[in-house]
Amino acid sequence: MQRKAWYKYLLSLPPMAYLLIFFAAPTFLMLFATFRYAGEYGGLAPWYLQEGGRLTMDLTLENWQRLVESDIYLRLFLKSIGYAVATTLICMIMGYPLALMIARSGRKHRDLLLLLVILPFWSNFLVRIYAWMIIFSPVGALTRMLNGLLDLIGAAPVTLMYSPTAMLVCLVYVHLPFMVLPLYANLEKHDFDLLDAAQDLGAGKWRRFWLITWPLSLPGITAGSILVFIPVLGMFAIPDLLGGTNGIMIGNVIKQQFMESRDWPFGSVLSMVLTVTAVAVVLLGSRLGARREGR
Amino acid sequence: MMIKKNLLLWISAALVYLFLYLPLVIVVVFSFNDSRLNAEWVGFTWKWYGKLLHNREMLGAAMNSLIIATVSAGAATILGTLAGMAMSQNRLRFLPLLVLAPIAMPEILMGVSLLLLFIMVNMTLGLLSIMLAHITFCIGFVALSVQARMSSMDPALVEAARDLGASPWRCFREITLPLLMPGILAGGLMAFTLSIDDFVITFFTAGVGSSTLPLQIYSMVKIAVTPEVNAVSTLLMLLTLVVIVGASRLSPAIFRGE
Repeated sequence: MQRKAWYKYLLSLPPMAYLLIFFAAPTFLMLFATFRYAGEYGGLAPWYLQEGGRLTMDLTLENWQRLVESDIYLRLFLKSIGYAVATTLICMIMGYPLALMIARSGRKHRDLLLLLVILPFWSNFLVRIYAWMIIFSPVGALTRMLNGLLDLIGAAPVTLMYSPTAMLVCLVYVHLPFMVLPLYANLEKHDFDLLDAAQDLGAGKWRRFWLITWPLSLPGITAGSILVFIPVLGMFAIPDLLGGTNGIMIGNVIKQQFMESRDWPFGSVLSMVLTVTAVAVVLLGSRLGARREGR
Repeated sequence: MMIKKNLLLWISAALVYLFLYLPLVIVVVFSFNDSRLNAEWVGFTWKWYGKLLHNREMLGAAMNSLIIATVSAGAATILGTLAGMAMSQNRLRFLPLLVLAPIAMPEILMGVSLLLLFIMVNMTLGLLSIMLAHITFCIGFVALSVQARMSSMDPALVEAARDLGASPWRCFREITLPLLMPGILAGGLMAFTLSIDDFVITFFTAGVGSSTLPLQIYSMVKIAVTPEVNAVSTLLMLLTLVVIVGASRLSPAIFRGE
């Protein structure tokens, strides 16, 4: 049995090396970049030769100071977290009945019903955003219908496009399957005998749900929430295309720092804060999950 | 089974399905609409698809997407299979972390950090940099798929073969590999669609002249909503649909609660 071990480790070497180079190293590079100066023409300031012939560079804390100097970025983070929380909650409210319905439908239909949830999720991300651009467009049927109604009651017309509402709807749309899948995986395993027993003891429908199904499904909700929360937190395409000027999230500013103003050190600072937040959320979630398992 | 069909539950679930599909149906329907505006139905036409065939930029982007997805999926399948096998056989702590972290982090972070890496080593951004990036985020998905398959495999089979004198290599070739194949193929197909669909990471790692379909769609959509976008979107959806249904036939398990 012993001799087995070493070539099993050998198996893990190529993927490990690849991920160290293309995932771990870039992350550390980004951390390092937060202490560097921006280059004259954007990017990072180059290394230069010192008098002694040694390659060197200047390091600074300026980028981090800029983060805390004004509350712009704090507010931006809080706003992004707000969108992420709202999206997660709405996904939960919409995803729960769906997951429950699939879990309680006959074995024959389950796979098909589940596939139907997954399919839209595999269609292109941009196409899914684009679909909502059509729906919310000022010439679209929805906007015209809504404004027709508003006109009847004498209210001013509204634009749906480039509004926080449009953004939120699209954020929910794109991330809903992330909530449904883990929830379903959890709900499917529930023991129906528990519900039967509760019914025999006289518990009503809602009471059975709140006392049995809901507490048992908490690990599924935690997993789904993490899967929704994190990608929303770093989102830039949806605010970019549907959010308008007020809908900027932290991802948009990171994108702007890297691609437009080309202040890479400061972009790295914002990215690091996002990284730390995401890691904290994952750790918190898995801690919560572990504690429930233990009970 | 005492659970009655709960009407409220069924109605709300049906509404959620409607919410999931209506937008996509609108995109497809308007791709056949004889009007520049995606607003109301005018008449049936194929012309937006015809226009696509003559759009050189779009065809170039489609070509790039296919090349990138094929190479990245191929490489990620090999690396991911190794990772999945290693993960299910040893109690490694570091490898699962390294494999799963790229899936758990917001995509934008991988995009910008890879951009930093590529620029630091003076690499010209283009097809190669996009492929290297795509392989990075695909490895984890293949690894999960292979690991799931591996855990349902009976270890006694390999042990029996070893006892009968088969070399480790022969054991791998004639037992482990054939049994893992559905998981490997499903993971590979998943990697292919993830690569062909990726926008965020490609956005940061693409250079001049290496536009992909999603990047092309993004730049068109930024300017205006046109039926040509509907047409290319419909085709892309069709492609993904075929690949994903294929993958789910091969290995249904991986599509449940990842």
